[in-house]
Amino acid sequence: MIINGVTIDETFAEAFPMKATRVIITAQNSKWAMISAQAMTGFATSVIGCGCEAGIERELDPFETPDGRPGVSVMVFAMGGKGLAKQLETRVGQCVLTSPSSAIYAGVDGGKAIPLGKNLRYFGDGFQTSKLVGNKRYWRIPVMDGEFVAEETTDMVKAVGGGNFLILADSQPQALAACDAATEVMQKLPNVILPFPGGVVGSGSKVGSKYKFLGASTNDAFCPTLKGKTNTALAPEIESVMEIVIDGLTEDDINQAMRVGIEAVCKLGTGNGVRRITAGNYGGKLGPYHFHLREIMA
Amino acid sequence: MSALTLTLTLKSNLTQRVDMSPLTVDKVAENSIDDIKAISLRSGKRSLRVDELFDVSGQAGDRLVIKNSCDKLDYIGRGQTHGKITVDGDVGAYMGMQMEEGSLTVNGDVGIFAGCEMSGGEIVINGNAGELLGAPLPGNKQGMSGGIILVKGNAGERLGDRMRRGIILVEGDTADYCGSRMTAGTIAVMGETGRYLGYSMSRGTILLWNKPQIPPTFNDCGLHTLTFLALFFASIRHLDSTMSEPSAVFNRIHRYGGDMSGVGRGEILVKVQ
Repeated sequence: MIINGVTIDETFAEAFPMKATRVIITAQNSKWAMISAQAMTGFATSVIGCGCEAGIERELDPFETPDGRPGVSVMVFAMGGKGLAKQLETRVGQCVLTSPSSAIYAGVDGGKAIPLGKNLRYFGDGFQTSKLVGNKRYWRIPVMDGEFVAEETTDMVKAVGGGNFLILADSQPQALAACDAATEVMQKLPNVILPFPGGVVGSGSKVGSKYKFLGASTNDAFCPTLKGKTNTALAPEIESVMEIVIDGLTEDDINQAMRVGIEAVCKLGTGNGVRRITAGNYGGKLGPYHFHLREIMA
Repeated sequence: MSALTLTLTLKSNLTQRVDMSPLTVDKVAENSIDDIKAISLRSGKRSLRVDELFDVSGQAGDRLVIKNSCDKLDYIGRGQTHGKITVDGDVGAYMGMQMEEGSLTVNGDVGIFAGCEMSGGEIVINGNAGELLGAPLPGNKQGMSGGIILVKGNAGERLGDRMRRGIILVEGDTADYCGSRMTAGTIAVMGETGRYLGYSMSRGTILLWNKPQIPPTFNDCGLHTLTFLALFFASIRHLDSTMSEPSAVFNRIHRYGGDMSGVGRGEILVKVQ
């Protein structure tokens, strides 16, 4: 398959079941809601080293948030429920509670409830109060900047993590420009996050290493500087490879994100140095979700 | 919908009180008109058939309408688990007592202990409410534990006594001891409140539009802008009340903490004019 001169490999991205939740952070204005969300989703690129993958889904207008203030919706993904609950609590406690004028609410319904403000309330040292509004319980925790409001729980739902595609280009600036084009449209979609910095991975990994203590190491087959020294997957003209990783609530969400992203990259075409799109997998043996590039783009 | 409405019209003024608790939507839902007419109601030491007191029409279903009601009809909607009751006229004591779900609307005044020990559902009183609205029965420790009560007129003494959870909204004034012995929940009053506000309340919120007589056992916690109030007002937005209009919404308040003679974790929030 060739789109606008860009070769789409006959391969698939291999993804895994994950657990996810969405939370809504609000603040006095959108600037501070975003600062809080950025802090909470920092150091959350990969479950391998960060314990979870988190990202900003989108900004919310005041009429979309429970308390009528500007907000940001954030999604957090982890391999299991226990890990997700732990990461969520730590991140909300350290990054949202500490963020001035902030409040946090559940952003997804329909799964098992995990604590949001349920344990953070003890920060109130006995001065905390709870309010049951409708069928939702909120904690009001007195803090130095006023009062921190947190919904007691949020729901944990099934999700899919690790959807991806790789962009192979003639140069590093051209690969990055292609990634920018893709992430710009992908970040507008609901129910997905791109957990890596700016949505882009500059150093994709393979499973295993020559070193016993390392579980993952550089994906040498796609390293352009190793073309002559390793079993390379790259054509001679490729100077840079970048990867976009997608976590989403459902397979359909990832399918759609991959499609619009690849479309945007192909639109640039060979004229802008984009040569090939491929995807990362482990031979199909590890992850139950397979996103075949040619089926997605058909 | 009219086919699913059962209408009871009181035939004449009563001299003796009548216990209406057998006539809730859920209890009569499966009954025929003849069965309903034959239901026995306690009135003093006598038992009276429903059709001795009421003209019965329509069909039992999700709605019950009581017309020409008077303040001798007690226990209307007692323990109701679903359905809607509408009452035209005044109502006696214990209306909506221990109600669990559904709604109860009164186009008139209600007597003492309305909504007492209710755990859910919605009560709308378009007139005035008597004493001990949402309170526990005498001797019991826990009053209202869920649901919403809206009073468009005024309410009597000891409103929300020992209230545990839920919301009581009063568009008019309240008498003395409003929110006495509250253990949680929210009371909102647009009008004036009497003396001994929040007397011995341990937790909970009393939200006021007008500055009350603050009891000496409440401490001034200063002026604040509370995010939580937006959640509260959003939760009552569906009600047909001046309190749920956008112009009534505020988040700037003066907070008083108390009752410091006891647990002291309750609060009186007064709108900053």
